[in-house]
Amino acid sequence: MSRSDCSIALTGSGGAGAITAGELLLRLAGRQGGYGLMRRSFGPQIRGGEAAALLRFATAPVGCMNDVYDVFLALDWRNAERFGDEIPLGAKSLVLHDPAAGPVPEAIVASGARLLELPLKALAGDLEGGRPNMIALGALAALIGLERASGKTLIEARFVAKGSAIVEASTAAFNAGFTVIETAEDPELATAWRIAWDGDAAGIDERWSLTGNEGCGLGALRGGVRFAAAYPITPASDMLEWLAPRLEQLGGCLLQAEDELASINMVTGASFGGVPAMTATSGPGLSLMLEGMGLAVASETPALVVNVMRGGPSTGIPTKSEQADLDQALHGLHGDAPHLVLGALDHADCVLTTEWATRLAEQLQTVAVVLSDQNLAQSRVLTAAPDYTLPALEGRVEATASDAYERYALTESGVSPMARPGTPGCMYTADGLEHAASGQPSTAAAVHAAQLDKRERKITDHDYGDFWAEIRNYPGDGAPTLALLTWGSTTGAVREAAERLAAKGRAVRVIALRLLAPARPAALAGALAGIDEVLVIEQSHSRQFHRYLRAHYDFDQPLDVLARPGPILFTPGEIVTHIEQETRS
Amino acid sequence: MSSVSEPLQAPAPPQPKDYKSALKPIWCPGCGDFAVLNAITKALAHQALPAEDVALITGIGCSSRIAAYASVYGFHGVHGRALALAAGLKAARPDLAVLVAGGDGDGLSIGGNHFLHACRRNQDLTYILMDNQVYGMTKGQASPTTAADWTDSKLTPHGTGITPFQPTSLALAAGASFVARGFSGDPNGLAHLLVEAMQHPGFAVVHVLSPCPTYRPEQMDWKKVVGPFDVEETSDPMEAMHRVQADDGMSTGFIYRDRRPAWQPASQAERSDLPAIEAEFSL
Repeated sequence: MSRSDCSIALTGSGGAGAITAGELLLRLAGRQGGYGLMRRSFGPQIRGGEAAALLRFATAPVGCMNDVYDVFLALDWRNAERFGDEIPLGAKSLVLHDPAAGPVPEAIVASGARLLELPLKALAGDLEGGRPNMIALGALAALIGLERASGKTLIEARFVAKGSAIVEASTAAFNAGFTVIETAEDPELATAWRIAWDGDAAGIDERWSLTGNEGCGLGALRGGVRFAAAYPITPASDMLEWLAPRLEQLGGCLLQAEDELASINMVTGASFGGVPAMTATSGPGLSLMLEGMGLAVASETPALVVNVMRGGPSTGIPTKSEQADLDQALHGLHGDAPHLVLGALDHADCVLTTEWATRLAEQLQTVAVVLSDQNLAQSRVLTAAPDYTLPALEGRVEATASDAYERYALTESGVSPMARPGTPGCMYTADGLEHAASGQPSTAAAVHAAQLDKRERKITDHDYGDFWAEIRNYPGDGAPTLALLTWGSTTGAVREAAERLAAKGRAVRVIALRLLAPARPAALAGALAGIDEVLVIEQSHSRQFHRYLRAHYDFDQPLDVLARPGPILFTPGEIVTHIEQETRS
Repeated sequence: MSSVSEPLQAPAPPQPKDYKSALKPIWCPGCGDFAVLNAITKALAHQALPAEDVALITGIGCSSRIAAYASVYGFHGVHGRALALAAGLKAARPDLAVLVAGGDGDGLSIGGNHFLHACRRNQDLTYILMDNQVYGMTKGQASPTTAADWTDSKLTPHGTGITPFQPTSLALAAGASFVARGFSGDPNGLAHLLVEAMQHPGFAVVHVLSPCPTYRPEQMDWKKVVGPFDVEETSDPMEAMHRVQADDGMSTGFIYRDRRPAWQPASQAERSDLPAIEAEFSL
């Protein structure tokens, strides 16, 4: 017996190495032709707190965690109950625990999961320098059918810098854990959690290991960003840390600003200078940037803002995910300030969406906000390398020396040539004051109306092609009459729910909006052809996405809403259950 | 057609007026900011800088309107953030000469944090802080440099009761590498300071006493009390700090100059390209 899917939770107190072991296990599965996803979950402590590596392995791509964890391995039980909500267990789950770590917490016993002792400490004690997390890695690798030999290779690569003693001790620990499962008397251990890896080595080279934060960073670089300014904030900081050395390698730079008020203005200053520029932040940081974003909109200076959503309001739950910055991204700017808001649908889509947003901002000389969230940003997926062809965009329209240059000329498209400082004859003053075509400040009603129209027209009249949404039919018995309407990282669970429904014969259509502003009502109406029921799915207590849809789109169909705040993410099973219980057909 | 034997004519040197835009300033008659604009254009002409290679970045306030009155590249941004705009511009475009100008409220109140960090960052920028000790554009409120007992504002009818900032002390404490004070009543002296500030390779703060005839008419008497420092500039920050603390705030001239190199974003990494960066993601 073997399976195609297995979910594993590996927890431990800070420093126990649960995250390291989880990362190695994911990589090991990838080298063997598998797919997978790993979320990291931490307590609030900076050091010494508890950490969980939440893993899912499969023979096909996965975009979300499963409903139940098949295996739970605790390196110790210190504060493990903090993860109780995030690690649902069932009667078929296996809990591997170290008797030296004390009794299994009652909540876990109550789940009905099978408990099995794995004497991590005792095994580690037999090995010089043996670490329990490497024993756990070996045991889990054996449990899901990974190869022993590739573990050794991976450990060598990972720890080579720490010296041969560490490599040898880690390898010995890995092997000891592997042997415990391999030689277990209970035959179930050798088979029940084993995944039938297809071992498709040919495809491995086209596969990536990618976090959402890396994906957004890469998308920005692909879009031409060569300047970033930012202030550290969880969960966006690791995007900035990824970008800093790579921007430098590409001849650009990243400035650590004194605050977010500065970072958005630094971005605007660099972009005014002709260099595509970005910042990345999260909820409260975005609030501080809204003033500066208004300036970029009014002065028609391209700027990319990646906002990695976390639980809010205020400091909220900074290390956990939510989709509740939609309101401020759409509506937070003062005045009538048309701009772009996009949402990335999955890890690989972070690359596409952020590249597209960068190119749109450059072309349309406005602010583009890309919304990601902690769920995407700080989880790592094994995925096919991003493969897409964006609609052609000509890039920033630059002015050439002219005697009659007008920076804010009223063109048909609304986009007027932007002079790069250094260009003779085109000196102008970019202004946040309302201005005439020349840039000269003006309070005249007609000027205001004309410039408002211009700034709106360039965005609403642009042809966004097919990229505004991902629209996918999941065929069952007959054509779909139910549409699942979602956005952002929730798309992963919605797609899998649709697959499960289709497998049961219930056809559904998934519509995941990538372009949130400007709204595309005609396009959505077209996408809803043949649909007589819509379920809106979002991770927000106040149903921000639903309110946005109600404000900007007309629906002939009844709308049902499945919404809740973070940090507990949607799973495919609960979406399926909701649909089976609440929808009509 | 001229004869080939005629000597080539050198282009005429640029004049201050060449750096002025056609816009008429909104400033009140007698405002010190007119003279600051003149000093800036004189300084640019003196250096014969191509206008297209100069950027003048400002925030919000009476003095911040100056960006549009010069015919260089300009950015009239939002209140208090001019130094951040300029920091991004200079980091991205080190080839440009970047001037930043604004008032005491813009630079020291709403933009105070940016001022501190701009001093500390020591990018090659010239900051012209036009100080009239009042918010003029919002019709006469106390600023961070207003005396504690100034009672002419309806917003603070008993005075602020708060000790004002001394901008040059702040600049020194925060690490600016060039500090000077000028006076709008002495535009030639100010132009001289600005030339030196622009040629200083780091963050240069030029504090300019620039009276407000409308809300602080008593400042029109500044010309009677302003005069040059009676000592030479120093490169000793303790000495400079002592000098500005002991001064009544009305002495003009060079105060402090530190020749440490200007900060620039690091560029020592080995150059790479996108395909090499993307290869890092392969399993």
